[in-house]
Amino acid sequence: MAHVPHASDCPRLRFLIRTAIPTTTFTPMSHPLSPKDRMKIPRQPMPEEPPCERAHHFLEVNRGLDAAVAQREALRCLECKSPRCVSSCPVGVKVREFVGLVVAGDYLGAAAKIREDNVLPAVTGRVCPQETQCEGACILGNKGESLAIGYLERFVADYEIRTGQTGLPARAPLTGKRVAIVGSGPAGLSCAGDLAQHGHEVTVLEALHEIGGVLVYGIPEFRLPKDIVRGEVANLERLGVSFRTNVVVGPSVTLDELMKEEGYDAVFVATGAGLPIFLNLPGEHLCGVYSANEFLTRINLMKAHEFPAYDSPVYDCRDRDVMVFGGGNTAMDAVRMARRLGARTARIVYRRSAEEMPARAEEAKHAHEEGIEFLYLTAPLEFVGDAQGRLTSVKLQRMELGAPDASGRRSPVPIPGSEHELPLQVAIIAIGNRGNPLVPGSTPDLRTTRHGYIIADPESLKTSKRGVFAGGDIVTGGATVILAMGAGRKAARAIHEFLVSGSW
Amino acid sequence: MFRIVEARFLAPEVKLFRIEAPRIARKRLPGQFVILRVHDHGERIPLTLADSDPAAGTITLVVQGVGRSTRLLNALEAGDTIPDVVGPLGKPSVIEKVKTVVVIGGGLGTAIAYPTAKAFHEAGSHVISIIGGRSRAYVILEDEVRAVSDRVIVTTDDGSAGAKGFVTERLAEVIQSDPRPDLVLAIGPIPMMRAVAEVTRPVGIATVVSLNPIMVDGTGMCGGCRVIVDGKPRFACVDGPEFDAHQVDFQILTQRNAMYRAQEKTALESPPPAAASTAEVPAGSPGEPHDCRMVRAIPELDGVWRTCPTPPTAPVSGS
Ligand SMILES: Cc1cc2nc3c(=O)[nH]c(=O)nc-3n(C[C@H](O)[C@H](O)[C@H](O)COP(=O)(O)OP(=O)(O)OC[C@H]3O[C@@H](n4cnc5c(N)ncnc54)[C@H](O)[C@@H]3O)c2cc1C
Ligand code: FES
Repeated sequence: MAHVPHASDCPRLRFLIRTAIPTTTFTPMSHPLSPKDRMKIPRQPMPEEPPCERAHHFLEVNRGLDAAVAQREALRCLECKSPRCVSSCPVGVKVREFVGLVVAGDYLGAAAKIREDNVLPAVTGRVCPQETQCEGACILGNKGESLAIGYLERFVADYEIRTGQTGLPARAPLTGKRVAIVGSGPAGLSCAGDLAQHGHEVTVLEALHEIGGVLVYGIPEFRLPKDIVRGEVANLERLGVSFRTNVVVGPSVTLDELMKEEGYDAVFVATGAGLPIFLNLPGEHLCGVYSANEFLTRINLMKAHEFPAYDSPVYDCRDRDVMVFGGGNTAMDAVRMARRLGARTARIVYRRSAEEMPARAEEAKHAHEEGIEFLYLTAPLEFVGDAQGRLTSVKLQRMELGAPDASGRRSPVPIPGSEHELPLQVAIIAIGNRGNPLVPGSTPDLRTTRHGYIIADPESLKTSKRGVFAGGDIVTGGATVILAMGAGRKAARAIHEFLVSGSW
Repeated sequence: MFRIVEARFLAPEVKLFRIEAPRIARKRLPGQFVILRVHDHGERIPLTLADSDPAAGTITLVVQGVGRSTRLLNALEAGDTIPDVVGPLGKPSVIEKVKTVVVIGGGLGTAIAYPTAKAFHEAGSHVISIIGGRSRAYVILEDEVRAVSDRVIVTTDDGSAGAKGFVTERLAEVIQSDPRPDLVLAIGPIPMMRAVAEVTRPVGIATVVSLNPIMVDGTGMCGGCRVIVDGKPRFACVDGPEFDAHQVDFQILTQRNAMYRAQEKTALESPPPAAASTAEVPAGSPGEPHDCRMVRAIPELDGVWRTCPTPPTAPVSGS
């Protein structure tokens, strides 16, 4: 068998993951502290690259905890009887148990415990919105600061990678059933991992030339090093999952062909929400106006920031004014990327106020620290360009918050007479996506919503077509990595049942 | 990896490749394209499929070496491999039997127009092909086009083959003559397609062009390929690449295609990527002395970074 590369083979990864491995043995805490003493320990901060420096490089901002700090943090856990952190995790990671293992110094055991429910711990430890999930529910948060569950998850996952001892779950005997997974984002990867464990033969088909979906083309290196994703993919390969890049399901091969001609017994569609929405304003076609997807893909996937060592270019941001329109994670990533590319000004333009901004709190904080300016309650009206069709300025308008809309958020209303114009050479639009039409367009019996999302049963993730399941952003619209992974798990369970029982 | 089984020059800088890609060969229809990467640091370049052979599992591409990637591609020979080829992408040409169709190929465009001419021929249409090039050497696939056309008109800018002049002049004549064409399909450089649209617009002959905007993914994910058709943005990779010539905003297409002109020049002048493969090392490293642009740009802004550069703060120690 060919040598399957393991993440720990990579010297660069070793460099990136600076989590100190304890060289001396430390004393596991055999006498956990009393609740009162535990509550006296302050939440351990995440060491970060200094903002002024990181604004010029692409290294990961968060450095990760070292073992001693991780232990001290883990000691804060009150070990609740019915832990709310577990029930508020979309995949139900056994937080209390893994934190207990960290306290005991059994980091590999802790990682294995997480892997029972989450195949991408090094990823989710970095990008989950913990403040609205596990940490948001943590009882410690009532009085002080919640347990830093995300930091701990990342610590044990990195420890595992660093030591090259990833505890892969056992694989059931082969069943002879074959499953095709369309799309290699978090939904597809987690479904693939679970199905492989059940002993099914799993093939992941990906349209792009790299595996990982948004994890490789959307989320930047400074937040999620690509080698981490590659490491997790290598783990899945070791579990027996096969990956095929350069296959666009729909045009290259249809779902019917996969099942009828290529002998797949079931298909999981996890193609993500990949159709960028534009603002529909005059001048949006000008050179220098990007969708966030394009801007981030050019850099994360195509490495345009290393042009000409890599062939793909990106518009030169150096000493230019850049604005990103939107307030989600994508917008934060794009604006911080523009900053790293040398933008003179890098600004977020958001229609509502800071409270409504959907981005993760940590992202907004990091952006602030890196000198990103926030123009709240502001909306664009028009992009203005020169004779060569290059963006030169933008017309903006101030907004105020009016009555709550259908979503319960107060909707922005323009303030008359507040129109103004600012110079601008690069505009990045990050206001969301719609469902990618390639699979539904080639599968007439697959039902979709008005917005192009595939309709699937919320529990079984079954679609209108026999043998076809769907989950992740292509069903829910743009959501989160962990929700997509949760969908992948659910689908794996339902697919396994379908394969075993044969009944739809 | 995709193996090249045949590679030969058709004209200076214009090379034909037959590549093993059975999945694509089986599905490909006239008008569709692939996206490929020539090497591991390569960009994703769209190339129209000139032909395919499902039985042999091969696709045919015709490539003009204009930028760095296409020149690198043209340096490959039979037996070499290409790391990534994905497709077939885009909507196929709408081929329905019309009485008379004029198919115009300018330069390399002939290779792209040929499969559509063939399809119309097979559908039973009367096919008039006008193929042009700078000079004799740049007129490609003449024999192939002849085999599927009822009439072939060759033009060259310098008159070294066929009639001297532009394809539009010949088109104007064809329009006057009998039978009057029902449909014109034009593929070639943007100025040519634009000129063709202006010839057919006044006489109201339906005209289709195949557009070549800059692309990245080719799956509708980035919107970089957007073109303005009938005043509305359309994604050429999924909604096109063929559009109604009378509705296309050619000026915006020209401007957007010039977006990276400066970088393209740099790319052509810089050493081939093999020599530059140290790129795995992340650009810039912490701690290096640097000129902080943030301080220059927004001096009035108060932030933690103002105190930089500081040594990384040690994690809080206790116990
Ligand atoms: C810039 C950015 C930052 C984000 N930050 C965060 C964050 O910090 N935390 C968080 O929780 N969430 C974040 N998200 C959201 C999160 O990434 C998504 O919700 C999640 O990736 C969805 O996973 P998925 O598997 O459904 O789809 P995706 O990750 O979108 O993967 C879909 C894959 O399918 C492929 N594909 C599409 N069509 C086809 C086809 N026809 N054939 C074959 N393959 C196909 C695509 O190329 C892609 O690789 C972010 C999103 C973006 C864009
Ligand atoms: S090339 Fe990205 S959407 Fe068309």
